[in-house]
Amino acid sequence: MLPPIFGVLFDGIAYGMLLFVLSVGLSVTLGLMNFVNLAHCAFAMLGGYVTAVLVNRYGWPFLATLPLAFLAAAAASVVLERVFYRRLYRASDLDQVLLTIGLAFISVAVATYFFTTNQQPIETPSFLRGSIDFLGIGFGRYRVFLIGVALTVTLLLVAGLEYTRFGAMVRASVDNQRMARGLGIDVDRTFAFTFALGSGLAGLGGGLAIEIVGLDPNFAFTYLVYVLIIVSVGGLGSIAGSFAAAILIGVSDVAGKYYAPELGAFLIYLVMVVVLMGRPAGLFGRR
Amino acid sequence: MSSATTAITPQAYLQAQSRWHPLEIVFWLATLLPFFLFPDYLSLASQIAITALFALSLDLILGYAGVVSLGHAAFFGIGAYTAGICSIHVWGEPFSGLAVGASVAGALGYATSFIVSRFRHLTLIMITLGLGLLAHEVANQAHWLTGGSDGLQGVRIWPLFGVFKFDLYGYTAYAYSLAALFMIFLGVRRLVHSPFGLALRGIRENWLRMPAIGADSRSHIRTAYTIAATIAGAAGAILAQTTQTVALESISFQRSADVLVMLVLGGAGRLYGGLVGAVIFMIARDQFSGIAPQYWYFWIGVLLVTVVMVLPNGILGGLSHIYARWRRT
Repeated sequence: MLPPIFGVLFDGIAYGMLLFVLSVGLSVTLGLMNFVNLAHCAFAMLGGYVTAVLVNRYGWPFLATLPLAFLAAAAASVVLERVFYRRLYRASDLDQVLLTIGLAFISVAVATYFFTTNQQPIETPSFLRGSIDFLGIGFGRYRVFLIGVALTVTLLLVAGLEYTRFGAMVRASVDNQRMARGLGIDVDRTFAFTFALGSGLAGLGGGLAIEIVGLDPNFAFTYLVYVLIIVSVGGLGSIAGSFAAAILIGVSDVAGKYYAPELGAFLIYLVMVVVLMGRPAGLFGRR
Repeated sequence: MSSATTAITPQAYLQAQSRWHPLEIVFWLATLLPFFLFPDYLSLASQIAITALFALSLDLILGYAGVVSLGHAAFFGIGAYTAGICSIHVWGEPFSGLAVGASVAGALGYATSFIVSRFRHLTLIMITLGLGLLAHEVANQAHWLTGGSDGLQGVRIWPLFGVFKFDLYGYTAYAYSLAALFMIFLGVRRLVHSPFGLALRGIRENWLRMPAIGADSRSHIRTAYTIAATIAGAAGAILAQTTQTVALESISFQRSADVLVMLVLGGAGRLYGGLVGAVIFMIARDQFSGIAPQYWYFWIGVLLVTVVMVLPNGILGGLSHIYARWRRT
């Protein structure tokens, strides 16, 4: 028999994995362009609504909707990148913050208009419901699935960054943008691709999140805070950093809610402020 | 402006800056109009004055010193809760309550300024956001002290000077908040036209070079941040006293975002930017209060995107640009 702490740890890790999928895109785009994109979770919300609508209104199987959630968020991000973001790459932080907060506000209002403020529950397939008993602890099947997806995404990302030509271009641009430009790498295009990929992953995260945390129009702001915390704690542009930070935040949030519910969200904010004061560039950041 | 301005001394420059413009006098006279023209809207007018004061405090750090804060409502809320709690547990005299609220917020501002002044860019945004959320969470959890999400009830404020009651019509409330706004505005106006204010603008433009000419960026930002926190606390305290309640909303991220929107709409880095922004924002919100708040934020979003894309210096920036062009032709 395992003590119940393993159950808490498992839930925390599963939650952390979800947060990782939501945040890794923002981490890479921030590292690449220093673009403060506070609308990142709006893309995640879009993915979530795509999944919810396809499952509930058109009766699609849950798993088949996830690639579409990815594609929808990626496509939306390409459009917005072309129209707005591109013009503000060299603008001040404040302008970037204002533009993206504005877009996030708009996304919340549009989501409310189409889907009301109600939660959008979805039907997951039967093999993802219930839990597997192992040594006296029930491990939720959906959470096991979530960890599997997140690990696959991580492996694909790391492999893509380490072993492909495009990955090498991204790494070069993150390390030294001016030098990369000098070598003939089209940093702006690299960025646009990475941005679409990151937003797509956020969309995938949004689809995956419905079962765990629900989906309503405030998603764009509620999880933005978590995502920003993970990105800044993990360090900009570092996948390993985001991974570690996501698990740290996921476990401390779940453990905090389990063992000290009166602390509420206090614990994760405290973790963030303390980490940033000690290491302003985050745990794995170099700048 | 001709070539003569190139030889101007710093003292003369600052003096020329601080001279009162006729439009400013018109503006302040216009703030008295609600007493005669819209006596039914005095409580709205008082809210506007309070919000304008809050926007002014953000302007000091954001517009002048270039410190982007997403958690400024923390100080507003702390001022509000302190003044409210003070009136419940100690006494309800308004001026001392205001002073206590502002000082507590200022003290916390001074404490956090040591953290804030060390960072720039994204880390700074995250730290201010994190501190703001921490403050919100503390206010939410300390239910025994703040009333949590039910809000702080039972605030009783004694009449002003022992004579003028804070009543439903809002005469006293508006007079009180307008007087506070005007006096603090005078102080801020003097501050930004002083060498200190000039140094702040220098830090906004180049934070690394200012120490090289003898103005330590960090200590200047610490001072400005403390002053801004004190003013924000005063604004919060006045809100608590005039509405005789404190909602959890007064310390929320929403309020930090709102004040940022107002300031940017009006024009950051201009004394009247926050004031004009607050007037427009609050009147618009009152007029559109019929529509659900979530749709109201749709228009705020559109407005933000438009301001960033089309009017980078806000309404006042756009107006002065048009005015300058008109002068030239």
